Amino acid sequence: MKEALLVLADGTTFEGEAIGADAPDGISAGEVVFNTVLTGYQEVITDPSYAGQIVTFTYPHIGNYGVTDLDCESRRPFCRGVIVRDLARRRSNWRSDADLEAFMQAHGLAGIAGVDTRRLTRHIRDAGAMAGAFGIADERALKAAATAEPGTSGVDLVATVTTDQPYTVGDGPLRVVAYDFGIKRTILRHLGTLATVEVVPASTPAAEVLARDPQGVFLSNGPGDPEQVPYAVDAINGLLGEVPIFGICLGHQLLSLAIGAQTEKLAFGHHGGNHPVRRLSTGAVEITSQNHNFAVVADTLAGKAEMTHVNLNDGVCEGFRVLDAPAFSVQHHPEAGPGPHDASYLFGMFVELMHAS
Amino acid sequence: MPRRDDIESILLIGSGPIVIGQACEFDYSGTQACRVLRQEGYRVILANSNPATIMTDPEFADATYVEPLDVDILTQIIEREHPDAVLPTLGGQTALNLAMALHARGVIGVPGTPEMIGANAEAIATAEDREQFKIAMQEIGLSVPASGIAHNMDEAREVIQRIGLPVVIRPAFILGGKGTGIASTRDELERAAQYGLDASPISEILLERSIAGWKEFELEVMRDRADNCVVVCSIENLDPMGVHTGDSITVAPAQTLSDVEYQLMRDAAFACIRRVGVETGGSNVQFALNPANGDMVIIEMNPRVSRSSALASKATGFPIAKIAARLAVGYTLDEIPNDITKKTPASFEPVIDYVVTKVPRWAFEKFPGTKGVLGTSMQSVGEAMAIGRTFPESLQKALRSLEHGRRGLNCDPAEALFDEMTDEELVTCAAIATPDRPFQLEAALRRGITIERLYEATRVDPWFLDQISQIIDERAHLAAVGIAALSRADWRRAKRLGFADAQLAWLWGVDEDQVRATRSAHGVVATFKTVDTCAAEFEAATPYHYSTYEDDDEVVASSKPKVIILGSGPNRIGQGIEFDYCCVHAAFALHEAGFETIMVNCNPETVSTDYDTSDRLYFEPITYEDVLNVIEVERRSGDLRGVVVSLGGQTPLKLAGLLSPELVLGTSAASIDLAEDRDRWNDLCARLEIPQPAGGTASTAEQALAIVERIGYPALVRPSYVLGGRAMEIVYDDDSLRAAMSELAGFGTLGREGGLSAERPVLVDRFLEDATEVDVDAIRDRTGDVLIGAVMEHVEEAGVHSGDSACAIPPYSLSAETIAVIEGHTRAIADALEVIGLVNVQYAVKGNQVFVIEANPRASRTVPFVAKATGVPLVKAAARVMVGATLLELRDEGLLPEPVTGHVAVKEAVLPFNRFPDADSVLGPEMRSTGEVMGIDRTFGLAFAKSQMAAGDRLPTGGMVFLSVADRDKETAIGAAHKFTDLGFTIAATAGTAEFLEGHGVPVATVVAKLGEATGVDAVDLIASGKVNLVINSPRGRGARADGAHIRAAAEQHSIPCLTTAAAGVAAAEGMADWARHELRVRTLQEYHRGATDQLELPL
Ligand SMILES: Nc1ncnc2c1ncn2[C@@H]1O[C@H](COP(=O)(O)OP(=O)(O)O)[C@@H](O)[C@H]1O
Ligand SMILES: Nc1ncnc2c1ncn2[C@@H]1O[C@H](COP(=O)(O)OP(=O)(O)O)[C@@H](O)[C@H]1O
Ligand SMILES: [Mg+2]
Ligand SMILES: [Mg+2]
Repeated sequence: MKEALLVLADGTTFEGEAIGADAPDGISAGEVVFNTVLTGYQEVITDPSYAGQIVTFTYPHIGNYGVTDLDCESRRPFCRGVIVRDLARRRSNWRSDADLEAFMQAHGLAGIAGVDTRRLTRHIRDAGAMAGAFGIADERALKAAATAEPGTSGVDLVATVTTDQPYTVGDGPLRVVAYDFGIKRTILRHLGTLATVEVVPASTPAAEVLARDPQGVFLSNGPGDPEQVPYAVDAINGLLGEVPIFGICLGHQLLSLAIGAQTEKLAFGHHGGNHPVRRLSTGAVEITSQNHNFAVVADTLAGKAEMTHVNLNDGVCEGFRVLDAPAFSVQHHPEAGPGPHDASYLFGMFVELMHAS
Repeated sequence: MPRRDDIESILLIGSGPIVIGQACEFDYSGTQACRVLRQEGYRVILANSNPATIMTDPEFADATYVEPLDVDILTQIIEREHPDAVLPTLGGQTALNLAMALHARGVIGVPGTPEMIGANAEAIATAEDREQFKIAMQEIGLSVPASGIAHNMDEAREVIQRIGLPVVIRPAFILGGKGTGIASTRDELERAAQYGLDASPISEILLERSIAGWKEFELEVMRDRADNCVVVCSIENLDPMGVHTGDSITVAPAQTLSDVEYQLMRDAAFACIRRVGVETGGSNVQFALNPANGDMVIIEMNPRVSRSSALASKATGFPIAKIAARLAVGYTLDEIPNDITKKTPASFEPVIDYVVTKVPRWAFEKFPGTKGVLGTSMQSVGEAMAIGRTFPESLQKALRSLEHGRRGLNCDPAEALFDEMTDEELVTCAAIATPDRPFQLEAALRRGITIERLYEATRVDPWFLDQISQIIDERAHLAAVGIAALSRADWRRAKRLGFADAQLAWLWGVDEDQVRATRSAHGVVATFKTVDTCAAEFEAATPYHYSTYEDDDEVVASSKPKVIILGSGPNRIGQGIEFDYCCVHAAFALHEAGFETIMVNCNPETVSTDYDTSDRLYFEPITYEDVLNVIEVERRSGDLRGVVVSLGGQTPLKLAGLLSPELVLGTSAASIDLAEDRDRWNDLCARLEIPQPAGGTASTAEQALAIVERIGYPALVRPSYVLGGRAMEIVYDDDSLRAAMSELAGFGTLGREGGLSAERPVLVDRFLEDATEVDVDAIRDRTGDVLIGAVMEHVEEAGVHSGDSACAIPPYSLSAETIAVIEGHTRAIADALEVIGLVNVQYAVKGNQVFVIEANPRASRTVPFVAKATGVPLVKAAARVMVGATLLELRDEGLLPEPVTGHVAVKEAVLPFNRFPDADSVLGPEMRSTGEVMGIDRTFGLAFAKSQMAAGDRLPTGGMVFLSVADRDKETAIGAAHKFTDLGFTIAATAGTAEFLEGHGVPVATVVAKLGEATGVDAVDLIASGKVNLVINSPRGRGARADGAHIRAAAEQHSIPCLTTAAAGVAAAEGMADWARHELRVRTLQEYHRGATDQLELPL
């Protein structure tokens, strides 16, 4: 067992021990966020939206049921590290084919275990998401790395996770082009049952997409600050009104920028699988999977879009419908993976929209 | 959707007495519901026969009926109160069944009658009828275990052709799981199916494909009127399918489910609650999962709050019952705020950042003849829950919370229990689920038996086994390194795995205080975290804490003077809801008096562990170490005035001597010891000239024999420092005395309760035959003023444990002089013990002589009953007295009204024999009841009749009474028999009893043969024939299975009321006589307490 330390940019330290892969120089740095899911660690770790971030799991036992290729949300983990209270020594589940720790080692992902993750979570909750560094290096080196870490504002993280080549998945009856800003496989599985999905790189211009003659365009989830992906906003502008659009998470934020609304960074974001969201058209409450640090400023939608979903915990805009174009989007994750299936009807709405146009 | 305005009054049905499978959790849910509904402005009418509940406190409802939970009685209540709605989903199975019966009668749930809210009759039927449920689930695409119904052996064999072996067999219409079993072979099937058919009154069994060994899970779900559904908590059973969830070690949240599997289960649970049609409220859905391939089947759903929902509420901080009550009156989840965060709505799914483990507690030792094997019907009597950051920590905390003589999973004397076994034997033993299983797993892993092998044998998931083995690895490391060389990291790791200082002390052979001191010197001290429903995502407004060993502490400082109240731990026979009631009352009273109240307890069922009850809640084991941790943190964060140790029964009382004397509020530790220490107590009685039964103390059989030489037989042998008469025995000769002593010596070496050792000698007393037992509860204040709460006369004679006998307020046969003597003795004893607070004194009255049996300077089991009977809030007063108030001051404050008279209240015990068909139902000095009920009416007879009805034994109004009593009871039986004949009953009796009765002019219609005699109908046949309506049978033989035992077993099996003492027979006769002349009438407790009953005609 190798003792390790986590140091936040504000100097707060946490004791623990190193797990997973050995990091270069014994240092892993990134923006520290927490996720409150009780199950679904593998999906979280492999979700490209966590690019640039170190994920803290608030649930203490992580790794209990191992990992399986089936639950990977992308080709590899894009997060910078994993912080847990306790890493399972032994996994147990018929679906699993490897240990979480072996998986982390195989993908060069370092982690730290034994941390008082509740103290860390409370700290982030109060002070806001902040940069941090962990590893077996000494405290000074870690502090320096944490301070030097730019965080997720002001950098284009999408470019680091998007596919470089278009590819096609699914065999559903419709034709959809999906922008990969860091797309999750669970989304592709959903879309794939509805459509033949051509996945294109984030930088694909509108014209190229329209040339593929899709019945609908999907804007995927992805990491970081939507304002750092202006090329995507431009592309969406070119698509609005031309073709039905459905966006999730970062896709939702980009759509909002495209219609002239604004986004902002939340103090510590929404990361979990238990957020109540009201669907305003019916009043129903759906329990949703969430993973974002940025959000659409609801007021700025006025005259451009109608808010369709709202987070009941803090009033954050969770979804809107564009007024003068067939386009809608949600902030939460109707595809789940991990999380509840309550909002999966949204894929059906996308189909309806495509049929209607 | 807002609150419903079309209803104004709501009848809430409680769950009645505490029985196995239905315990304090329904007081917790009912109390929450009452509170909420009244806050919402509804008129709340409550029916519950259990006087020891908080919910039946008169201030919790507008009209409180402490009346039998019986269809006739409830119909009367409904006719009297005309409620607009009936809420049946918060009072357990009892309330559901009653609601269905009322519905069948057309009294509720049909047009023109009160509406059923929460769940309607159709939903209840769909969930409760196993066949209907299976069909409904298949309709929505969920799998259920294959099954079939059989009415005879041929049909049973046919079903097996179709579904295959092994099968679970469940008889229809049985009580408490009798006749259920698992059959794996043809032979077993023949036996088990026949047994099941015999057990079922309609000769019907359900044969269901057994999936024993699959993983078992539960989801607690809620649904509102707008069809919003949430899962509050997932629970994984450590013990696989085949062991009832109530008897399993359970863990929240589920540990070994991937998200993919969990979400499928969640979808299935919602589909289930929607199909069953539970409109609003909480439901419990049980699933089984094949560990080999993830196949999932649904086992059952309970359309109501349950034991598991109480656990889920305590485990997450999400108050299911409270919210269910709001949903029932029209609110939707998103309209209800989350209590803990205050900012977010209740329409979310709690997430936690700790692990919760519940471990049941059993009482097999009290029921000789039972096998002690766990199965598909629940047998545990209580449970402890613990919160830790990891599973090992919470498991070890839960095990020490159980107070079953273990300090954790290992590192105590009993860890050697299985040393003699071979590996093979140990694995074989562990394969059979028993209370010992966790310790057998530990022992097996400690000797290096592999996880794979244990998993094969037990089907306990390898993840759990590996977690357990981390405790074992740490034990080895700790033993090897030793206390002196342990590093800070070592200390931290050990504590994080849940090791108690007491375990480490044993491991290293040092003193517990030394462990604490050394550990603290390394800076490793308990830190307290918060239960907040959201894993710290939002700030928590509710101080609900648990200890762990982490970096920082979340307890905030406060300025009010503080009092810690120590709870009573898991329910057990002898210490149950009554003590929780006392702790809760103290919390209320001290809060009102301006104190900040701090509750410490580990029983998830209770009202005391509701974070709404006290100002702060620590969900912690009640051990020296854990209590000290709370004291330290509370001292750090404010002005701690003291600790209440005398309201939670024996559990906190045992700690009194270990705490700093100035912290113990009320009666001092020294006085407590004085009452427990036999020699000093004898001296005290002698000084006060209060007679005691002759006796002495013995540590060996020889000493015991020498005492008996002096005092004569019969003698009562009782261990000191036990609860509920544990291991207490009446002996009539040298052989049985020797046997009793050697049994106790055996307990001693294992550290078991009642164990004999030099420090814990056995008391050998002359047994007073045919004496009337009397209980007194009193309060003494610091000025020496004494308030007698009540003098209670027992129905059964001394020798039947006070907890198992019926008793009446006011006394119904004692003379005024005797009562005066008893009151005088009580004052003298309270003074001599310098009691400040409550004291309970027990007496045996023989002829005119009053003997004192024991005094307990603490709250007793009867305190809530006294309060309900007299209208005097004894515990509230006592709590104030303990923090310095005088009785005079309390009278001035109006807190001590005069006791009301003009009615009689009878408390009756409720015994769990239907769960233990192999145990004899005769009463004795070892307590075996799990709960109690109260009957209240104008006369003793009527109150007694009600108490019997409430306890589940409706006295007959005509027919045949069967008498068979011991010689010493024959005299008493005559009176009863005369009354029965006067009432028009015919009498049947065994030969000896018959002869005696006829000799005294009682006509005996039927004389039955001795069991097994060739000629004539024997007693068991007669009872089985259904001709007998009441059995009165007192034991005479002392053989293991004397005739009497068979008679009582037959009565139990055929659900014929059976009284096991002649005294109870007399009381029953009196009850039946009064009942024959006067209808049973219902009145509210509020009316009784107002004295409104004076206006009732009292014709007797
Ligand atoms: N088909 C089965 N095979 C094996 N065990 C079963 C089966 N069905 C139920 N059990 C076990 O019996 C217990 C009690 O069954 P359940 O249907 O939940 O009845 P109850 O109403 O008493 O809770 C369950 O907790 C489970 O462990
Ligand atoms: N000397 C005695 N003669 C007859 N009965 C006795 C005597 N001592 C105790 N008992 C009976 O045994 C029961 C249990 O004894 P007690 O000392 O009260 O134990 P516990 O502490 O468990 O309440 C009493 O309720 C009483 O019925
Ligand atoms: Mg069940
Ligand atoms: Mg007693």
